[in-house]
Amino acid sequence: MKWLTEFWDHYRRNKGAVLGLIILGAIVLVAIFADSISPGDPMDLVTQPFVAPGQDAAFPLGSDMLGRDVLAGVVHGARVSLLIGLVATAVGLLIGMTIGALAGFHGGRLDELLTRLTEVFQTIPSFLLLIVIVGIFQPNIATIVLGIGIVSWPELSRLVRAEFIALRSREFVQAGVAIGMSDVRIIVTQILPNAAAPIIVSASLAVARAILNESALAFLGLGDPNILSWGSMISVGREVVRTAPYLTALPGLAIFITVLAFNLVGDGLNDALNPRRRLR
Amino acid sequence: MSHRYVLRKAWQLIPALLGILTINFVILHLAPGDIADVLAGEAGAASPEYMAQLRSQFGLDQSLPIQYGKYILSVVHGDLGYSYRYHMPVSGLILGHLPVTLVLMGLALLFAIGVGVLLGVIAARHVDTPVDWFITSISLVAYSLPGFWLALMMIVLFSVKLDWLPSSGFETIGADYRSWFAALLDTLRHMIMPALSLAAFYLAVYTRLMRASMIEIFEMDFVRTARAKGVSPSAVTFRHVVRNALIPVVTMAALHIGSLVGGAVVVEQVFGLPGIGTLAFEAVFRRDFNLVLGVLLFSSLLVVVVNLLLDITYTLVDPRIELM
Repeated sequence: MKWLTEFWDHYRRNKGAVLGLIILGAIVLVAIFADSISPGDPMDLVTQPFVAPGQDAAFPLGSDMLGRDVLAGVVHGARVSLLIGLVATAVGLLIGMTIGALAGFHGGRLDELLTRLTEVFQTIPSFLLLIVIVGIFQPNIATIVLGIGIVSWPELSRLVRAEFIALRSREFVQAGVAIGMSDVRIIVTQILPNAAAPIIVSASLAVARAILNESALAFLGLGDPNILSWGSMISVGREVVRTAPYLTALPGLAIFITVLAFNLVGDGLNDALNPRRRLR
Repeated sequence: MSHRYVLRKAWQLIPALLGILTINFVILHLAPGDIADVLAGEAGAASPEYMAQLRSQFGLDQSLPIQYGKYILSVVHGDLGYSYRYHMPVSGLILGHLPVTLVLMGLALLFAIGVGVLLGVIAARHVDTPVDWFITSISLVAYSLPGFWLALMMIVLFSVKLDWLPSSGFETIGADYRSWFAALLDTLRHMIMPALSLAAFYLAVYTRLMRASMIEIFEMDFVRTARAKGVSPSAVTFRHVVRNALIPVVTMAALHIGSLVGGAVVVEQVFGLPGIGTLAFEAVFRRDFNLVLGVLLFSSLLVVVVNLLLDITYTLVDPRIELM
C-alpha cells in the first residue's frame, strides 16, 4: 500500500482537490442514503404548493407548484446524476478504450481507419447529436446513458491511442511480445496499467461533463419522464422563475456543486498522477 | 502558399464528410417510425394503401443502398431534403434561422477568447500569487456552471429584479428604430445575456489553456535568449510569449465551433431566440427527421469549413506548417 500513501501525499498538496473529494464524499453519502434522509417518492405531493424555503420546518427547501418537497427532489436527484454520470462515462470509456487501444496497438491501416472515424465523431456537434439520439429514440435511462457515452468516447479514444503508441515500443511491452504473450494479454496486463493515470484523470472530468449533459437534456424535456432529476426540476421550475426563483436556483446549485467537485478531483488527480507536474 | 496544399487539405475532408453523411443516414433508419408513420398517425387514417402511397412518394419503399445513394447524391447537390412540417426546403429553413445563431456564437466566442486570453495572461504573469489563485478559481467555477442555469439566474437578476435587460427575443417587438445604430444597440441588448451564458464555459477553457501554454513557453530557450539579450520583460511577454501561446487557444476555439452549436440549442431555448438551435430542437420533438439531420449535417459542415480555413491561415502565418 506504499503507492497509496505516496499518492495521497501528492494529492493532498492540492487543497482544492481535497475539498472536492470531501464534497464528492458527501454527495455520494446523500445519494446512498437518499431513502433514509427523505423517505418516500420525491414525486409525491406532500404539502401546499409554493412553500418558500425556511417557511415550514418540515420542508426546509420549500415545495414546488404541485406541493412536492424540493429537498426530497434534490436528495434523490443526487442518485440520478451520479448514476447517469458514472454509467455514461463507463460506456464512453468502454468504446473509447477499445477503439483507442486497437488503433494505437496495431497502427497501420486499422489505425488510419479508426482515427478517421474518431475525427468524424468529433466533427459532429456532440450535444446536437445527443439531442437527436435521445429525441428520436425514446428518452429513457438507456438512451440517455448510451447517447452520452456515444458523444464522449472520441476524446477518451484519442487519449488512449496516444498512450498506446507511446508505450508499445517500450522494452517491457517488447519483452511481452518476445515471450509470446497474446495481444489481449499484453494490452491488459502490460500497457493498460501504465496508461491508467491519464485515463483516470480524463474519466473523472468526463463524469463532470456527463452530468452537465444529462441535466441539459432533462432541462430541454428530454429526460426520462419517470425520473425526477435536477435538470427536470429546473425545467419545471423555469415556468415560475419570476415568482419562485428558488425552484430553479436550488437544483441548479446542486448540479454546479457536484460538477465542481468532480472537476476539482480531476485536477487533483492530474497533479498527483502526472509525474512531470510533480516536480514543479 | 501552394494551391496544392489547399487542394490536398480539402481532399482529405471527403472521407470525413462521407462519414458524417453515413452516420446521419444510419440514425435516420434506426429511428422507430418513418415520416409515413408520423403523417398517417396524424391524419388518423392509416390504411395500408395510404401508407404504401406515402412511402413510395418519399422513396421509402426502395432498398436501403439505393436510398443511401440517393441521399448522398442529393446532399452533394446542395439539397438537404424537404421539411414536411414547414412545407419548405430544409436548406432554406436553415439559412433563414442562421443569422441569429451566428450572432450568438460570434459574440460568445469573441467574449470568451478576449476575456479568456486576458485572464490567462494575467494569471500566467502572476503564477502562484493570490491574483493567479483568484483567476484560477473563477475559471473553475465558470467551467462547472450549467449554461442554462446560469442563463436563468441572470434572467432573475438582470431582467426580473433589476429590469436592466430584456429576457427574451432577438429584438424588441414592434420597435421603430430611428437609425441602424439604434437597431444594432437593441439587438446587442437582447444578446448580452445569451452570449454571456454561452461563453462562460469556453471562457474558462481559454483562461486555463492560455495560462498553461504561457507558463510552458516562458521556460523555452528562445524566451531565455530574448531575456538574455536584454528585451524588456513586458516585451518578452507580449511579443514572444503571448503570440505563441495564442496558437493553441485559436486551434481549440475552432474545434469548439461544433460544441458552441450544441450550447446554442440550450441557450436559444432559454431566451426564445429563433436560431438553428431552436429549429433543431423543435424538429426533434415534431419528428421532422429531414430537418433534424439537415441541421446536424449543416453544423458539422460549419465545423469542417472553419477548421479548413484555420489550417490555411496557419500556413499563411507560418509556412513551415505546409511541409508537415
